[in-house]
Amino acid sequence: MIAVGETAPDFTLSDQDGEEVSLSDFRGGRVLLVFYPMDFSPVCSDQLSIYQEVKPELKEKGVDLLGISIDSIWAHKAFQEKLGIDTTLLADFEPKGGVAKAYGSYLDKGFANRTLVLVDEEGKVAWSYESPTPGEFPGANLIFDALAS
Amino acid sequence: MADLGSAPIPPLGDDDHVRGEGRLTIVYGDLGCPYCAAEWGRIRDGGGRIAFRHFPIASKHPRAPALHAAAEAAGAQGAFFEFVDSLYADRARVDDPHLWERAERLGLELERFQRERRSDAVAARVRRDFESGIRAGVTSTPAVFTL
Repeated sequence: MIAVGETAPDFTLSDQDGEEVSLSDFRGGRVLLVFYPMDFSPVCSDQLSIYQEVKPELKEKGVDLLGISIDSIWAHKAFQEKLGIDTTLLADFEPKGGVAKAYGSYLDKGFANRTLVLVDEEGKVAWSYESPTPGEFPGANLIFDALAS
Repeated sequence: MADLGSAPIPPLGDDDHVRGEGRLTIVYGDLGCPYCAAEWGRIRDGGGRIAFRHFPIASKHPRAPALHAAAEAAGAQGAFFEFVDSLYADRARVDDPHLWERAERLGLELERFQRERRSDAVAARVRRDFESGIRAGVTSTPAVFTL
């Protein structure tokens, strides 16, 4: 996993609406990258639903939230609609998992582990967390603890 | 990386919703959650002192915020747990007319119930519980803490 203090690798990925989103678009603000295994899996559904609930509070703290998985933009759109969320979901689709690999989050199972990476205003990694297994997701408390520390 | 730890479960406050006597169980529940409904009977019948805290996950259960606000408004008239029991017992009847029926059946003053369930104070009270659960690391419902 990428280390705190390193420059967060820039990327450009398409979101659920096919719009290109680059990490550098957020320079000057903080971004929380949420790598997760796959759309529609039960744990991913719970994770993104909970994060949706705290998204406004994160925004108040100047943090934008970006979900990233190996799924296509069409899957992301359907997943977003199924969950009733408006969190931006980015397709790390081609090359598969390329961004997850750059951040050290990719597993040899063919998808990313649940990894949180907080990127600061200058594009450096301010905090990161990787779940022990893809089967459990980090509670939002960890995010708020990190922002307070 | 900093060594992070969850905030503790907040201790009972004066306005927590508490029923029963004995060993304390704190439940973070979502009134729109089928798993909570399935567990609620077991928790309730297990005895002891039960505190219910609001944890509506709106994206998963779009009616949850309205149901929690209604329960809170019922609580203002002394019928919190009766309202919660009723919602979990009959999950198919959660639209507004069903909430009015419940309020009338429980002898609540309907106009006050209607006014208070839409109030900012009730929304803030529900949100306070939700945020305490988030800070304590709650990730799904029901989250049950036996203290």
